[in-house]
Amino acid sequence: MSLPPRARQLGVVGCHACGLVCEDKLDETGHADCPRCGAALHRRRPDSLARAGAFLLAGMIFYIPANMLPVMYTSLLGSGSDNTILRGVVEFWKAGSYGIALVIFTASVAVPCTKFLVLGLLLATCRRRSRWARRERARLYRLVEFVGYWSMLDVLVVAIVAALVKFQALSDIEPRLGILFFGMVVILTMLSALSFDPRLIWDGDDTNR
Amino acid sequence: MTQTGDTPDMVPEPREPPVTHRRGRFSLVWLVPGIAVLIGVSMLVHAWLSSGPEITVTFHTATGLEAGKTPVKYKDVTVGAVSAIALSADGAQVIVTLSLVKSALSLTREDTRFWVVRPRIGIGGVSGIDTLFSGAYIAVDTGTAQQTSTAFTGLETPPTVIGGMPGRSFTLHTDDLGSLDIGSPVYYRRIQVGRVAAYRLDVDGKSVGVEVFIDAPYDRFVTADTRFWNASGVDVSIGADGFKLKTQSVATIVAGGIAFATPESSQSEAASGSTSFVLAKDQATAMAPPDGPSQFVQLRFDQSLRGLTVGAPVEFSGLNIGQVISRDLDYDQNQHHFSSLVGIVVYPQRLGRVLEKLRMPAGDAEQRSAEFLRGMVEHGLRAEARSGNLLTGQLFISLEFVSDAPKVTFDVSARPLTLPTVNGSFDRLQEQVANIVAKVERLPLDAIGRHVDMALVDLDKTFLQVNSRVLPETARTLLQAGQTFGAAKDLLADDAPLQQKLGQTLQDVQRTARSLRVLTDLLGTHPESLLLGRPDDPAPAVPGSHKPVPAQEPLR
Repeated sequence: MSLPPRARQLGVVGCHACGLVCEDKLDETGHADCPRCGAALHRRRPDSLARAGAFLLAGMIFYIPANMLPVMYTSLLGSGSDNTILRGVVEFWKAGSYGIALVIFTASVAVPCTKFLVLGLLLATCRRRSRWARRERARLYRLVEFVGYWSMLDVLVVAIVAALVKFQALSDIEPRLGILFFGMVVILTMLSALSFDPRLIWDGDDTNR
Repeated sequence: MTQTGDTPDMVPEPREPPVTHRRGRFSLVWLVPGIAVLIGVSMLVHAWLSSGPEITVTFHTATGLEAGKTPVKYKDVTVGAVSAIALSADGAQVIVTLSLVKSALSLTREDTRFWVVRPRIGIGGVSGIDTLFSGAYIAVDTGTAQQTSTAFTGLETPPTVIGGMPGRSFTLHTDDLGSLDIGSPVYYRRIQVGRVAAYRLDVDGKSVGVEVFIDAPYDRFVTADTRFWNASGVDVSIGADGFKLKTQSVATIVAGGIAFATPESSQSEAASGSTSFVLAKDQATAMAPPDGPSQFVQLRFDQSLRGLTVGAPVEFSGLNIGQVISRDLDYDQNQHHFSSLVGIVVYPQRLGRVLEKLRMPAGDAEQRSAEFLRGMVEHGLRAEARSGNLLTGQLFISLEFVSDAPKVTFDVSARPLTLPTVNGSFDRLQEQVANIVAKVERLPLDAIGRHVDMALVDLDKTFLQVNSRVLPETARTLLQAGQTFGAAKDLLADDAPLQQKLGQTLQDVQRTARSLRVLTDLLGTHPESLLLGRPDDPAPAVPGSHKPVPAQEPLR
């Protein structure tokens, strides 16, 4: 298995911000700035695994109250009720709105869980410097980045509906605490994905840095 | 982790190892999950601290209840929610789990009541209209017990009395509930002052305890002397003063109700909350003076008592002093004879002032009654089943003094006391009529009829003969008889010659008799004249008489 040479081996380092490749003087100075854009130069993102792991852990913790607490309070003709995400899914499914139920389920349950699993997998394998299925892991990372754009769907729905439906006694919808935690989950998982340096996937045992 | 400058042999001259900034440094990023954990833990602690008791309430049905939605309200304040609804193990009940807030801990007393508020439309009114739109909720009324509980039995109907309402509860005892129900009104002078709060069968199952709640300030009108009666329905009475129809209100006709009143003469204080009263059947019974102690007496009748019902009155001199409470059949093995045993209760108090005038023997109540009855029986007191209504044949028991009653011995020691009986007058009449009828039935009416028929035929023939032969003869005979009577009449007439001659003859006889008497007188006074002839001295003359007569005897 012949791998292309590493930046470390060539004595160069790439800028995170502008992508400029410059000489690797980090060993001497310990700190260097990009000559073009001025951003700090790192061979890898600093503390990538730790940051991604911390954000992921926080996101997973917040995911529990996000599901336990009601995200939305709907009142129709005086009969109000708090709805959690999963109960909403079940009710929509029971009511025959399979499409909406699937969308909510995907956005609120499937996507966050996928992110947790994928990021967790990536973090674990990168910490062990595993050489297993590198390409597939890289593809998973791209997937996580892609779905991250859509993770705020629930929060958006609640925000828009709560702003639109204000008919006092007739019908009223208010956000509840759960949606805040859900938003935190989304933000933290995105931060986790951002903090993760995908180049770590390729840092196998066979290379020295 | 990162090792820099660890190859000293590759470097021409040693130099200071570069400072590694990251070694041993605690990454601030770990604060993020730390804060997340803190938030989570604080929420958990908050939920733990604020979580109230979880209790289960059993209902017959979960109509209108939804897990996670239906609120629990106390005084219209939400104090919890239904967290789960499940069937009981046998499937007969619905077990509703309620999660209460922490402040609702005081609501979990043992006697706290739970019920479902849903729209109800009844005779007493409409309730729970607000739940038409908002959905049913579970209402709570806290109790007063010290013990708390986690399992409750829900009420199927809302209680009429909520804790903390001003007023008092009283317990009424009655034989049966009638048309009363929870929520039935209680009236005082036709004003609704309360309602039936609860009812339950007494422990022995022989009576019903009805709990009524009287609102303040009317509750002070309930005194120890207050009488309660069942004002349900319509009271129709026809008396000497006409037709009367009485009812409390239209609602009571349908839904039943209770009324109460206190006798005018009562001076009692307001009754305490736990006082028990008797619920009378009607106003007349309720307001009647108390009956006092009762005395059970047994009667044995040999006659049939068809028409005697339990509850029939017992009268003494036309005064109702008790009632029939039992009827049984008895069998005498020796004589193969059935007799009726009638149990009556007598309320001596109903005799009123008479009781004070009667001399009561000493002893305990039973003994006294026995002695008293013995004296009465000696004077002829007998029980009798009389017909109160000839049309329906209803009987009542009458206690009367029967003057010609056969002597009986009254067993003072027998329990229950047994009063001798006589057969009722109507019954005797019936017997006599029956005897006559039996005799009539025994008559050979057919034979008699035949005989009479034959006799009539003969008679007819006889009459024919009479008409054809006897009558003409008779007519002739009568004619002759008429003639004979005419002749006799002529003979007997005043101016008939026979009469005249008879008169003369009688006058002659009279004269002869007179002469004869003169002669005998003469001979009596002067017997010698028979030989010597008539004396010279004449007898004193009688005026108007031309014949000498004895002086002392006037002639007629």
